[in-house]
This record gives sequence, C-alpha cells and structure tokens, in this order.
Amino acid sequence: MPKAKKLGREVAIVGVGMSKFGVFPDKTTRDLFVEAFQDLKQSVDKGFDPKEIEACYIGNFTSDLFEGQCHTAPIMADWVGQIPKPATRIENACASGGIALRQGLIAIASGLFDIVLVGGTEKMSNLPTEKVTDALAAAGDVLYETNCGLTFPGLYATMAKAHMERYGTKAEHLMKVGIKNHRNGALNPKAQFNMSIADIMRSKQEKARKEGKPVPQWEDEMSFMKDDLGNPVIAWPLRLFDCSPITDGAACILLVAGEIARNFTYHPVYIIGTGQGSDHSLPEREELTSLRAIKEAAKQAYEMAGVGPKDIEVAEVHDCFTIAEIMAIEDLGFFPAGEGPKAIDEGLTGREGPKPVNPSGGLKAKGHPIGASGVGQVVEIFHQLRGEAGLRQIPGVRIGLTHNVGTTGGSGVVHIYERRD
Amino acid sequence: MGFSSAEFYNYLEGKKFMGTRCKACGKVYLPPRPICIECFSERMEWVELSGKGRLLTFTCISVGPSFMVELGHDRKNPYCCGIVKLAEGPQVSGQILGVNPKEPEKIKVGSLVKVEFLKKDEGEKKRYWLGFKVEG
Repeated sequence: MPKAKKLGREVAIVGVGMSKFGVFPDKTTRDLFVEAFQDLKQSVDKGFDPKEIEACYIGNFTSDLFEGQCHTAPIMADWVGQIPKPATRIENACASGGIALRQGLIAIASGLFDIVLVGGTEKMSNLPTEKVTDALAAAGDVLYETNCGLTFPGLYATMAKAHMERYGTKAEHLMKVGIKNHRNGALNPKAQFNMSIADIMRSKQEKARKEGKPVPQWEDEMSFMKDDLGNPVIAWPLRLFDCSPITDGAACILLVAGEIARNFTYHPVYIIGTGQGSDHSLPEREELTSLRAIKEAAKQAYEMAGVGPKDIEVAEVHDCFTIAEIMAIEDLGFFPAGEGPKAIDEGLTGREGPKPVNPSGGLKAKGHPIGASGVGQVVEIFHQLRGEAGLRQIPGVRIGLTHNVGTTGGSGVVHIYERRD
Repeated sequence: MGFSSAEFYNYLEGKKFMGTRCKACGKVYLPPRPICIECFSERMEWVELSGKGRLLTFTCISVGPSFMVELGHDRKNPYCCGIVKLAEGPQVSGQILGVNPKEPEKIKVGSLVKVEFLKKDEGEKKRYWLGFKVEG
C-alpha cells in the first residue's frame, strides 16, 4: 500500500469571518468580502495586523457571468488592503471555496508562506432566475451535459431518481433533510433562511392574511413540503425546498503555519487532512448514486489525518440539493451506501444525534453563494470546534469535517479539522 | 477530419449520431474523444452509433434554461431529460420524448429508447441537441 501523503508542516486556522448570507441588491462581491474580512478581524483572539498577510487565495465561481467582472482576486485583495501581495482566484464551480482553502494550505505547508488569507465570494442575485439558471448550467459540461436542457436541479434530480430506483429512497427522505437543515438555520443569525419550515409556513399564511387572499392550511411541516403550492416541483422529483437558494455572500479564513498559530489564538484549529478528486461529467459515470470525486477526496483526507468516518464528531456537507446530503453521508462513510435515508428517518444526523451534519443550516438554509460556500462551511466548523456556535453548538466536539462538491461531483474536496489545546 | 466536438455537432446537423473508437483497444467514446483515455493511443476513428439504448434515470423539469423557456416550457409545460446507456456502451444525456412529463411516476427506468435529432433556430442562435424517444 502506498504511504499516506503528509503535509510538509502543520497548518492551523486562527480566525474566520463571514458576511450575512442573503439577497443584498445594494452590495457587490467586494462589499460582501470586506464585511467578511471585518468579521474575521474580530475573531482573532490575540489580534493580528492585516499587513502580516502574505498571499490571498479567493474562491469565486463566476463574477464574470453574475456581475460582468473577471479577475476577481486582486480586486478582493485590494479592498482589504493587500496590494501588492499575490492574489489568486480559484474556480472549481461550487467547490471553489474548499479548493481555495486547499491551495492556501498547500502554500503554507510548502514553506512558501506563513500567513495566508483564504476567501470566497459570490454575488448571484443581480440576474433574473432564468439567467442564474443559465449561469449555473455553465458549471456543467456545456457540450455534453447541459446542452439537452438539463439544469442543475435537473442533474441532481436524475441522481435522486437513480437513488430512489436503486435503494427505495422516497421524496419524504429528501424533505426530512430540508426540514432538519432549516431547523438548524433557524438558530444561525447569518443564515439566509434564519427560519424553520414551520416559520416559513406561518409567514406565508400571514402574508396571505394581510393581502386578503385565502389562507393556506397545512397540518405540519411535512404536509407543507408535499404541497404543490407551498413547495412546487422544480425538477421532479426535486421541489423548491430541495434546492439551495440564490445567495449573495462572502467568507474568509486566516490560515497560518502551525508553529506560529498560538501567537494569534489560544485555540487554533488544525487542518489534519486534505483530499481532492475529479470525475467525468455525470452522464458518463458508471455510478449515478454516489460521487467518485468525493470518495477519492475522503479517502485521501482520512488517510492523511489518521482518522476514520466514526471519529468525525461534526460535519458540514455540500447539500446544494437535499439528495446531495444523502449521498454525502454515504460517500463519507458515515453510513453504508443506500442507508443514508434510514439515518435521516432515525434522526441520526440531527444536532442531538450521534452524527450531526450541517448544524449551520447547510447550503439549504444558510444559503449557497457558490464561491463562498466551501469557505462558509469552515467558518461553522471553526466555531463548533471552539465551542462558539451559540444555540446550535454541538457539545464537546473536537474533530470536524467539511465536504465541498464542484458541479455534479466533477470535483470534490474534503478537509478534516482538529482542535488541540 | 478532426475528432472534435465541432465535428460531432456537424454530424448531428446531418442527422448522423457519431462516436469515436480507439483502434488500439476498441473502446467506444461518446463524447467523441481525440485520444483514448484508457490506453492513450491516438489512433481513433469515427463510428456511427445505432442510437438505441436504455433509459438509466430521468427528471421532468419545470424551471428550464432560456432556450427551453423560448420553446414554451414552464411550470405548466415541463419537459423530460434523462441519461441513456447506448447499446455500444457509452452513456449520454438527452431530452426524453414519447413520455408525458406531467406524469413522471409513469415513466419507466429501463425503457428502450431511440435517438432523435433536435434543433432550434437558424444562424448564430442555431442549436442542436440529442433527444431519445421511448419506444412502444
């Protein structure tokens, strides 16, 4: 067996920041990025001088299509006072943020830099939904994957249908993922949907009442999720609340060499495993119910970290669609293939369960500003491992994981984190 | 003749459904690849595909991209897309025809399908894509 790959030296996270995620008509990527940077500055216990940063790695999917702005990284760096340092944009669609972290990690582990700013940013809400759908479809293989009219929800819907066909997964399992993540998001003040599904039901009823329209009645969250009016089909079998929203947002991380981590904080969070994989476009894959790029990434990360799926105490996974969370918990080895739906039924991935997944609300409720999402996941894990996650804190967690997927699994990146005191 | 995507779409324009085959190891590719990614041979040839296959999975889309909206598709008029495994081995995505996208529960995975050549507009906006019609 080949020896597990190791980092050249230890790397730790000493601060994180995040803008509020949501729809902000008056803000651009740079405004959001500055907001995240200011938040990061507050989070470094012993303080730090932004002049000490040596390089920036910025995840961004397509400010080109969303804002007509290319060459995003040097602009972000400029707006947070980092000229003339190197600033590089990482674009791997929805995995841009996670892979920006990996590039920053590799740069420090190589010895080239000691202090790196990793960021992610996306401003999606400028365009009408139809044009956002077109821009997202550009993340697919435009010649052979999305050319026939398959949208992003459509591509994930084909995986959902394949999972249903193979394992007997039901639409209700998908809905339960959404209900869980919205319950978590309701406890996250920075989430786009800082609301449970029950809260959303009540707000829709209130709106109808105010407008003098007939007030819809739903017995419970599940009856709302099954209602074509409350939760319309987008790409059968996926409905609106199976899909992550269109989001504006930014997040960033201060990454430093392990040996200087305690100059910044009493409680550094070490990155103990990293892995990344790639795959063909979806139609060409032998396996349509799991993501090979993620299985590859997870294997590398577990081997490097010297831990296994059972050791992970909290995870943020890429639930761009509810089916993606079910595949994630199977691909990461938390549950055997096909048993994700049973785990959801039994509540095993809830905040009180043995394997808490997406305590932040996930992409579903927290929001999915594409290039920022992978970095936003790290923000949550940092706070969870340091006991700073407020009402959504999972007690006593020390080892966490992030799982970030590009497109339909064309790329995947997994990181494992440990708090050491 | 190059083994390019442009050439593949030229063939589609002439209603020919073509893939490439590696002369060294015999592997058939769709999308047509210019080199074999199994044995790395450059000795490729175009082969016409039967266009017959089976439906592996599908979805019925209510919120489509601009070109499908222009074709009149919306929440009230969804369309079906799926992934097809061809008789020659490769798998490909396409629009699925001969089904009622308003009744996805009645569409059967495993159905036999046959290729159709779909086209929209002329000139710069001209667009070709693959369709597969469910047989019987």
